[in-house]
Amino acid sequence: MSAAASAPSIAPEIVAQHGLTPDEFERACRILGRAPNLTELGIFSVMWSEHCSYKSSKVWLRRLPTTGPRVICGPGENAGVVDIGDGEAAIFKIESHNHPSFIEPYQGAATGVGGILRDVFTMGARPIANLNALRFGSPDHPKTRHLVAGVVAGIGGYGNCVGVPTVGGECNFHPSYNGNILVNAMTVGLADARRIFYSAAAGPGNPVIYVGAKTGRDGIHGATMASAEFSEDSEAKRPTVQVGDPFTEKLLIEACLELMGEDAIVAIQDMGAAGLTSSSVEMAGKGGLGIELELDRVPVREAGMTPYEIMLSESQERMLMILKPGSEGIARRIFEKWELDFAVIGRVTESGRLVLRMGGDVAADMPVGPLVTEAPLYERPWAAPPKRPELGAGEVPAQDPIAALRRLIGCPDLASKRWIWEQYDHLVMGHTVQRPGGDAAVVRIPGRKKALALVTDCTPRYCAADPRRGGAQAVAESWRNLTAVGATPIAITDNMNFGNPERPEIMGQFAGCIEGMREACLALDYPVVSGNVSLYNETNGSGILPTPVIGGVGLVDDAARTVSLAFKRGGEAILLVGETKGHLGSSLYLREIGGREAGAPPPVDLAAERRNGDAVRREILAGAVSACHDLSDGGLLVALAEMAMAGGIGASLEAPAGVPSHAFWFGEDQARYVLATADPEGVVARLRAAGVPVLRLGTTGGDALTLAGGNAISSAELRRINEGWLPAYMAGP
Amino acid sequence: MQAAIIVFPGSNREQDVHDALERASGRKPLRVWHRDSELPEADLLVIPGGFSYGDYLRCGAMVAHSPIMREVKARAQRGTPVLGICNGFQILTEAGLLPGVLLTNKTLRFHCKDVHLRVETSQSLFTCRYAAGQVIRVPVAHHDGNYFADAATLDRIEEKGLVAFRYCTPQGELTEESNHNGSARHIAGIFNEAKTVLGLMPHPEDVTDPLLGGTDGQALFAGLVEALA
Repeated sequence: MSAAASAPSIAPEIVAQHGLTPDEFERACRILGRAPNLTELGIFSVMWSEHCSYKSSKVWLRRLPTTGPRVICGPGENAGVVDIGDGEAAIFKIESHNHPSFIEPYQGAATGVGGILRDVFTMGARPIANLNALRFGSPDHPKTRHLVAGVVAGIGGYGNCVGVPTVGGECNFHPSYNGNILVNAMTVGLADARRIFYSAAAGPGNPVIYVGAKTGRDGIHGATMASAEFSEDSEAKRPTVQVGDPFTEKLLIEACLELMGEDAIVAIQDMGAAGLTSSSVEMAGKGGLGIELELDRVPVREAGMTPYEIMLSESQERMLMILKPGSEGIARRIFEKWELDFAVIGRVTESGRLVLRMGGDVAADMPVGPLVTEAPLYERPWAAPPKRPELGAGEVPAQDPIAALRRLIGCPDLASKRWIWEQYDHLVMGHTVQRPGGDAAVVRIPGRKKALALVTDCTPRYCAADPRRGGAQAVAESWRNLTAVGATPIAITDNMNFGNPERPEIMGQFAGCIEGMREACLALDYPVVSGNVSLYNETNGSGILPTPVIGGVGLVDDAARTVSLAFKRGGEAILLVGETKGHLGSSLYLREIGGREAGAPPPVDLAAERRNGDAVRREILAGAVSACHDLSDGGLLVALAEMAMAGGIGASLEAPAGVPSHAFWFGEDQARYVLATADPEGVVARLRAAGVPVLRLGTTGGDALTLAGGNAISSAELRRINEGWLPAYMAGP
Repeated sequence: MQAAIIVFPGSNREQDVHDALERASGRKPLRVWHRDSELPEADLLVIPGGFSYGDYLRCGAMVAHSPIMREVKARAQRGTPVLGICNGFQILTEAGLLPGVLLTNKTLRFHCKDVHLRVETSQSLFTCRYAAGQVIRVPVAHHDGNYFADAATLDRIEEKGLVAFRYCTPQGELTEESNHNGSARHIAGIFNEAKTVLGLMPHPEDVTDPLLGGTDGQALFAGLVEALA
């Protein structure tokens, strides 16, 4: 029986339930030359979902710079690959699991970690570090506490068991995420640069192998769910969330890496969103070939699963591979050693078609090429958001700096996130040189002196106020954070979290952020090598703040040369690097003290960013600097407080005349750093010679931050406020 | 000293302890896969941290009944020193080589952080390079490290001087707050009666390199190398 003959007619409401527009259904019919059956409709539905097809974002993503001397593989594969010297490559990517994590926080976050780990080891890398970027709703919202607890436990539960250290991340709170939290997970892996594995199928006749966990009925249509807005009934979507098994993932990592050491694999792809469908279609599509699968041979968890369910299941911890002929034996031995399912489920063909058979019937027969290349692509209308006026310091209420500092370092966005990262094993593997809580994590490369510096960054309130500045700032801040530990930033991965792209103002945010990111990536020689887009982050028509999270990776030749933000000893000079105008628009000071989210965000001068950062990095690597911290949220006095708390050492400080006190201490001007040094004359002279503005702020020492005039706060008191908020909040009802 | 590390499919700190042993002894430890039924000759057996067989039941409960653990037990009974760290400690209690059990942390959360430990005795293979009463800083990374045993067992352990390490403040005091996971009598690590088996929850192997946040774990491995040379 042919697929066409078995096709019942598809009712328009079934098409709509699959998230396809009438136009898209027309297109599917045209590609097939007939109406699809239900299995084929399901395949079109997931392949053409926003999540898998990037249909609204692709035209914009093409504008991002993706090449550079270190780039081995840019966007389009499972993850980006960057040359880090010595024949080694760093492979990394960030990915969202927003919708599942809102519905079922523990499993949603856990499987987010599992998915991104697979994207990285699929390419031949051993994962060496995880990071994340989290956004929750207002702390006052009744769901927030439960979501924080579940997401953090889920990330920890998965990463800790797999044995990959979770070394960094960020976490903010804002009411715009009340109904739609963000959980973005990043994995960084290390591979032999000559042994990178790709996903393009090759060699007609080669066997298609299924390995890993069995296929169940979980997660069916997760990709479609992730491509629609939320509404009140989102709780009912709980069955679309998958359940993670980190132990199986650990086995899968070890087994795949062991097999990758043999000369056996032609192509490999993990089964992530849209499971067996997207993995088989993508492999065949990239190779310009066809694939035939015998669905009866797919290892299943329960009897009676239909082709539709098998193809759309998002059961976790599964991989699809194409092996060289005659390699089945060695592969089977390795997978049996690790006690994982292993099945030859099909073969590569020259037909260019995806053919699925089950129980002797053809369950689907569709051309692969058009399914991929003729996927809908939208140039959605967009409208730039209205420009917000620049806000002068005089329009922002002044407050005693120490009183304002107390408020700021205890506010949810700036309070210590220790409660979170102490639940993540950030030390396993034994190479964590700089732990969470600093500007960037530093992870040494096993057997080498060199290390990678890693960070995730975004300031959504800037992106909302001015998408272009916000996009540029997110890239620049990640670059600055890597620089602040002494690393040379080399590439980024991006996670574009936005609202409904069918609304022009949301597309305007998207377009603006992309433009800003593009400018910053170009100016900083900092290409995008991988990424993920998550749209429809809305609940009942209300969108999140635009949140383009940047995952930055930097390289440092000698891990011992990196510095942390902690003051190390008394009697050292404190230098402020970069120009301070006292920009308070869209600042945390304005929000927390002035009670307003208003004004334009700080301008981003990319030439200054580059010049200042390169000069600071030179000083760090020359050993002239004992502590360094980038300036960002909360401005200068917050940064100084963080340095004092980390070192348990205070400082006496003096503000220059000219800038109003509150604007000087709390303005969020970009391209700035604070340094501590025992050789201020030398450092100042070299910075000035490089054209970098530098100002002597004061001297480390004592136990308190003391401002000229005697106003002071002890580092112990600062710590009490800064460390107090999150544990107290989480202990609440 | 030739050490052998027992590797289960869910072990994940085997490389950490491998590096620490190699740094201390200059000799590469052997790796023994859990399905091997024969143990090579070794001066020290190490059960590393991780999640052994996934630990979805009770940490270490399934491993305790694996064939390789029968061999480890037999060797231990013949006097071969055994070091169990974190999941290794859990396995040693489940296998009956050490008394007591590790319950879920009192906070019900995973803890990864530096803690302070008071070395209770220098009279063992494992602690001979420390001074009794010395305070060391070592990280923990566990969800189930809350040591528990009945009062009679605890009294017996104390009486025979089998407590190796206790959680304490940086000054060596046993405060409620310093006992981060709620362990009975602050116990972080214990010996068997012959003091040839040590189980501990903290990770001395992760503080054996100055670049990685401390060196207070070095003395444990250096002491073993000296004692078992």
